[in-house]
Amino acid sequence: MLLGRTANGLYWMFRYIERAENMARLIDAGLRMALTKTSDAPEEWSSVLMSAGVKIGYDSKYKEYNASLVSDFLLRDLSNPSSVMACVETARSNARMVRTALTREAWESVNETWMVLKSTLASIIPETDLPRVLDQIKRETAIIRGAFHGTMLRNEIFNFARIGTFIERADNTARILDVKYYVLLPSISYVGTTLDNFQWESILRSVSAHRSYRWVYDVEYNPVNIADYLILNSRMPRSLNFCYSNIVDNLKYLALDYGKRHECHDMSEGIMTRLENNEIRTIFDNGLHEFLSDLIYQTNSLSSKIAHAYNFD
Amino acid sequence: MNPFDEMIKTGGEVRPPYEQLKCWLDTQNPERLAQKSLDAENVFRKTGITFAVYGDEEAAERLIPFDIIPRIITGNEWRRLSQGIEQRVMALNAFLDDIYHRQEIIRAGRIPRELFTHNDAYLPEMVGFRPPGNVYTHIIGVDIVRTEENQFYVLEDNARTPSGVSYMLENRETMMQLFPELFQQIKVRPVETYPKLLRQSLAAVAPPGCKGTPTIAVLTPGIYNSAYFEHAFLADQMGVELVEGSDLKIENGKVVMRTTEGNRAIDVLYRRVDDSFLDPLTFRRDSALGVAGIMDVYRSGNITIANAPGTGIADDKALYSYMPEIVEFYTGRKAILENVPTHRCSEPDTLKYVLENLSDLVVKEVHGSGGYGMLVGPAASKKECEAFALKLKANPKNYIAQPTLALSTTPIMTEKGLAPRHVDLRPFVLVSDRIRITPGGLTRVALKEGSLVVNSSQGGGTKDTWVLDD
Repeated sequence: MLLGRTANGLYWMFRYIERAENMARLIDAGLRMALTKTSDAPEEWSSVLMSAGVKIGYDSKYKEYNASLVSDFLLRDLSNPSSVMACVETARSNARMVRTALTREAWESVNETWMVLKSTLASIIPETDLPRVLDQIKRETAIIRGAFHGTMLRNEIFNFARIGTFIERADNTARILDVKYYVLLPSISYVGTTLDNFQWESILRSVSAHRSYRWVYDVEYNPVNIADYLILNSRMPRSLNFCYSNIVDNLKYLALDYGKRHECHDMSEGIMTRLENNEIRTIFDNGLHEFLSDLIYQTNSLSSKIAHAYNFD
Repeated sequence: MNPFDEMIKTGGEVRPPYEQLKCWLDTQNPERLAQKSLDAENVFRKTGITFAVYGDEEAAERLIPFDIIPRIITGNEWRRLSQGIEQRVMALNAFLDDIYHRQEIIRAGRIPRELFTHNDAYLPEMVGFRPPGNVYTHIIGVDIVRTEENQFYVLEDNARTPSGVSYMLENRETMMQLFPELFQQIKVRPVETYPKLLRQSLAAVAPPGCKGTPTIAVLTPGIYNSAYFEHAFLADQMGVELVEGSDLKIENGKVVMRTTEGNRAIDVLYRRVDDSFLDPLTFRRDSALGVAGIMDVYRSGNITIANAPGTGIADDKALYSYMPEIVEFYTGRKAILENVPTHRCSEPDTLKYVLENLSDLVVKEVHGSGGYGMLVGPAASKKECEAFALKLKANPKNYIAQPTLALSTTPIMTEKGLAPRHVDLRPFVLVSDRIRITPGGLTRVALKEGSLVVNSSQGGGTKDTWVLDD
């Protein structure tokens, strides 16, 4: 038994930690794209903002897209609730609220991240420093993950935290794919041009999968394989299949613990079945964009159902 | 005259309780000690042991400075202190029971009725109601100062929601991490049982209708409260829920909390929310920190609130000067611990005296706390005294005055080595079926040379406090 508010705090704490990390990856991928002379840099930055789900906020503030403005908006701008600094602030506030549910190590890692990033992100980051800062963000969130996995009891507290992580991650992966779905469509460019190759690599890079892709598939990028990897592969830790299998498992533990199933259990298992019994070709045939936008919608709706089931809505 | 120093006598001789420590200090490399000070600070920062300073946006969260030199009290000194404290908390509870029932102390003419009639701390809602176990003030922090070898004074009885106990515990924890070898050489009485005792103490005053293990919760105003760290710390150490007003509601005559498995009834609520915010239906209507209707549940005996609403009257500064009478009236014996002589500015002759001697006195607001709104005469400029005199004349009833006490000093670690600074002491007391006093307490220290203000909101720090097991 947990306070509903505690479950809520854990869930959002881990969503925001995940989001902070995802923002760093997105900027990383954006930087890489902007380096390739063949691409249209402003357009790339615009699609980074779209993947981050913050383009409307950005457009109301700035007229142009470039590396320094976009990365500042995504890293430091507290008026952007999804900026790394805002995420870390929110995650830490939530951690403070649920402090009694965390081990000392887990709490200290979040607190430390907050202290370190607050000082790193206190002033504008020059473009030359961006890679170092992005690495630091990823390292900090990795430490939180390590402290959490290494010290937390596997109980309901753990389950709510994990559900938060994977709901956020599923949403993020689906968005990244959906923003770029057109470059994956075989009808437009079946044989990869140089530009296509950069685009494909960028997608993989934004989920840090550009190297592991080669271990699973081929040295050559291929849009169908990329989609397969990020949607259906059960071993890739940021694929939709992987995220959903973790959501389903953690919800199952809660049902076992509390002796009660809710609507969210049926719903998550339904989505999981769709991911398991699907072929990437079928998804392309039925419309990749339709599949992804439906999944984003379903993930959102699942999130509300979980909050409702466990009294934190 | 120099103030009494707890380590070094006037002749330069070391007082017995500090002998072993002094020997050890003499063998230490100053650089290593300086490093240990930094280590301690890092521990506190990392753990997030912070407090908020109201009205200070920039430093929303600050560390209370920690000094690594322990303050040491002998077993004998402690025995006398704890007897005095025990007598005092018994008297406080008896007094609260009396003034919410027969009011015999007033009828006996020992204290004036006016003290209650226009006092917000006196709650008419509590009249005729007896809390479970007949305990009003369950958790008390008695502020004590020392001026001489055998002279202790009680400065204040914090009988509503005293804070600081988490610092007592964390200070000890930190010291044990930094200097394990010291604890092997010197036998210090433990403090770390406090959370367990707090839990036992709260469980012992569960409502009579509660069957089985009582469900206990700590009620906090939330993460922006200055003492939030302590609220979370205590809930965590006791293994109970930390709740906010928004988690609670009334269901079937019980206070329940909203959990992942539905609503659960609470039997004992250790609240760290002030009386006036406790129940918007009874007290402040704009309060979002409390629970609407909790006073009804309380009065029908379905929940224990610790400390009981209305206990604030017992540590009201207007009543402080009557404490010697109160202790004697209810325990039949003279108070073991003395009060600081106190001038009530409401009396015209006294007001005249206070105004004439402002530069020698400490003047406090009757309802103030945390060192805000007070005047320390000897440290104040002429201008400050004059400005304060105006406030005082405008509303004399609002003030009491006390002589400036030469608070004892203990050494702290400074950049130039050890240096004496003024300290006070807040031991923590638990009252339920019995009285439990944790040996030691929180020592607060004024870090500025010569300063007498130890409050953390005014630049004070803390030290670990050792009661020797001798």
